[in-house]
Amino acid sequence: MTSKATSGPLGTGTKDQLRFITCGSVDDGKSTLIGRLLHDSKMVYQDQLTAVKRDSVRHGCAGSDIDFALLVDGLEAEREQGITIDVAYRFFTTPRRSLMVADTPGHEQYTRNMATGASNAQLAIILIDARKGVLVQTRRHSFICSLLGIRHVVLAVNKIDLVAYDKVRFDRIVASYLAFAAGLGFTSIVPIPISARYGDNVVDRSAHTKWYHGPSLMEHLESIDIQSDTVNQAFRFPVQWVNRPNPDFRGYAGSVASGRISAGDEIVVAASGRTTRIKQIVTQDGDLVGAEAGDAVTITLEDEIDIGRGDLLSLPTERPNIADQFAAHLIWMDNEPLAPGRNYILRIGSQTVAGSITAIRHRIDVNTCEQLAARTLSLNEIAFCNVATALPVVFDAYDVNRKTGSFIVIDRYTNRTVGAGMIAFPLRRAANVTWQAFSVGRSERAALKNQKPCVVWFTGLSGAGKSTIANIVDQKLFAMSRHAMLLDGDNLRNGLNADLGFSEAERAENIRRVGHVAKLMADSGLIVICSFISPYRSERDMVRSLIGNEEFIEVFVDTPIEECARRDPKGLYSKVKSGQIKNFTGIDTSYEAPIRPEIHLRTMEQAPEQAAEAVVDVLVARALLGR
Amino acid sequence: MLPKHLRRLEAESIEIMREVVAEFKRPVMLYSIGKDSSVLLHIAMKAFYPAKLPFPLLHVDTTWKFREMIRFRDATAKRLGLDLIVHVNKEGIARGINPIDSGSELHTQVMKTDALKQALDLHGFDAAFGGARRDEEKSRAKERILSFRAAGHVWDPRNQRPELWNLFNTRIRPGETMRVFAMSNWTELDVWEYIMLKKIPVVPLYFAKQRPIVRRNGATIMIDDKRLPLNRDERPEMRMIRFRTLGCYPLSGAIESDATTIEDVITEMKTATVSERQGRLIDTDEAASMEKKKREGYF
Repeated sequence: MTSKATSGPLGTGTKDQLRFITCGSVDDGKSTLIGRLLHDSKMVYQDQLTAVKRDSVRHGCAGSDIDFALLVDGLEAEREQGITIDVAYRFFTTPRRSLMVADTPGHEQYTRNMATGASNAQLAIILIDARKGVLVQTRRHSFICSLLGIRHVVLAVNKIDLVAYDKVRFDRIVASYLAFAAGLGFTSIVPIPISARYGDNVVDRSAHTKWYHGPSLMEHLESIDIQSDTVNQAFRFPVQWVNRPNPDFRGYAGSVASGRISAGDEIVVAASGRTTRIKQIVTQDGDLVGAEAGDAVTITLEDEIDIGRGDLLSLPTERPNIADQFAAHLIWMDNEPLAPGRNYILRIGSQTVAGSITAIRHRIDVNTCEQLAARTLSLNEIAFCNVATALPVVFDAYDVNRKTGSFIVIDRYTNRTVGAGMIAFPLRRAANVTWQAFSVGRSERAALKNQKPCVVWFTGLSGAGKSTIANIVDQKLFAMSRHAMLLDGDNLRNGLNADLGFSEAERAENIRRVGHVAKLMADSGLIVICSFISPYRSERDMVRSLIGNEEFIEVFVDTPIEECARRDPKGLYSKVKSGQIKNFTGIDTSYEAPIRPEIHLRTMEQAPEQAAEAVVDVLVARALLGR
Repeated sequence: MLPKHLRRLEAESIEIMREVVAEFKRPVMLYSIGKDSSVLLHIAMKAFYPAKLPFPLLHVDTTWKFREMIRFRDATAKRLGLDLIVHVNKEGIARGINPIDSGSELHTQVMKTDALKQALDLHGFDAAFGGARRDEEKSRAKERILSFRAAGHVWDPRNQRPELWNLFNTRIRPGETMRVFAMSNWTELDVWEYIMLKKIPVVPLYFAKQRPIVRRNGATIMIDDKRLPLNRDERPEMRMIRFRTLGCYPLSGAIESDATTIEDVITEMKTATVSERQGRLIDTDEAASMEKKKREGYF
């Protein structure tokens, strides 16, 4: 929608911007309200109105009237289905304010879109149908707004015309909302009775609601004081890009996330703890004396210290948290559920780091705010979790700083953004448990055994022949006087992993534990033979990164599923067939074959004895067996 | 000093551009010569100062741009010392594609959309900055700042990544690319105010002047060179006209105007009753045409 200016002086320094979000359920009239705001504030051009009038006949739901929702429902698919499927951004301009609204859909399956819109909003308009009052969805929307850090709410009681502009009903709805929202931490809640369809109290105050003495919606949006207190917070400067045009200039480009800084101030690099002073604050328009939250600048420092993208500068007196474990709220945004223990990529400010969700403390029912137990998260579910990162990261609590307290979760295989998180606090456990460095190391232990430790990882379908081959390898190594240890899926599940089932999340945890056990054994100098279905590539890669590429030998025992089912050594396939077993790899959960295993065994072509021989040959060739 | 809302928009655009340069291997800036490109270029120069622009500019030339645009493009590249790549779809030229005989839809598809894809593939660019804004058109309103394109430059509106806060997911696989709309949250008015306050040069066609035109299908078309065939009943005339958007001259509708300065343009915009894209003949080819074109890889 092209914004059309009303009037007002140009170039004045006081005009600011308000970013807000609208939320409501499917039929609350969100799109109609935005269309009405655009129309009544004269933001709609003649050609756009003509197009809408034409479309109203084709798709519209407002009879012979203009359907204002058609001004904003942009994509063909949603116009045909009469729903809004994604976040749309609209713009209004008044002399006092430039307004940007994130229009987000209300249905349950699009919670992620609401969170997206809310993440950059300072205010939320929560729409309620005057005939229906506070609904489950109203609670959901309010909770998400609160979680994402919105502190100002407009309660727009819409369709007030359909309840005959009834004050009593309005008051009742407001009272019930205020009671519910008391715990959500909003600093302002302004209720306004409106009719989006007819324009009552949208831009102009309505003659039909003489009992209402507050501002119209537009008046409120234009005048509300959104205290931008990020300037008064602790100074935070995430380094985005190192600017090094020539050997004489080394600048750190970034945007001030919060607080302010002046040339000459002492700063500290959070991760390394090195301190220095700000030399210059460089911009193309000339050097600045100081910079504050929101400014995009380039900083040079007095001393040459090692700083790169992902580093965070702060004042020595107001340092951020540094930890490799923290607790956070997490919104899951992908069709593929969260697998606790799985290795994801986290983006925290300009830091990118490998990490995993180590535990779900509780899931939160967005409709009731109830805390529930959960082992995984599905699309649009929210939980309070423990997160661990491969390296320490620098952050603040999201409540204190939205820019340095937020993160996104990326799936390392699909590259999709699968989650969004808000950090609550660091887990001090991380700070207190450090790795013990002992005097006798792994190389000493291995040398004593006259071998190089390694992990030989057999993966494949159930019944593929993993354990059979692994067992022969073990025997051969024993015959060669090598110190090996065989870890088998069934055996570990009887003890160490007895608490785990076969869901995706539990399988991930199973492999995580096995990986760590294998690592400890390898550290003690052993050749560790592991035999696990281990269906997911990401889990196997997690173990690989734990052990190290050099010492991890992935053996793919490749047997077609028909053959596995025919062999059926443990009678499992027949149980699956009769429905006694669920989540069975290859049947109703997937098996992700290795892409480049170190050893690929095809059991249809090789007998187990030959296959085992092939594995030992590789170990000898790699000189892992010593002399 | 800029007003607060423009300072915020400028800083936001700078942050996006730095982010992309830090994360991608081979970014490029799509340069269309228009006012939005002028602002985008100005901001890019600021973002990387004192370094030179760490990426080249790419102009997809349909060979039907206004002559003043090409002059302005070359002068700008020279003035700022830019690395400018001009790409023409030679296959399209060989097939004789042009906006007059081929029709605007085919011409746009071959000489703009296909040409752009060719150029991106040819140079192996993995991220392309563009000056498109969310306020331009309805399907743009839902566009991401980092708009993910699958291999073959396909845009699937249902398969876009959620964008929260200022945290962008920049991961792509070989063959996949990203379109980056660093000015997503600017409006047409913001662009003009910024041009005025920062004194940014723009193509003179944005300002009213006596120019030769014909009226055709309700649009006012400027006769920029001898290639525009005139019907028997069409009489060229001199009118005081200007353009709100620029493209291929036979496809760009002019407006009658007396606005000869930026201040005039801004005043005129505040009283305008039609949107800026109304002058773009390529958008009216069919309903939801922008969405369709974008799916095919149009910027």
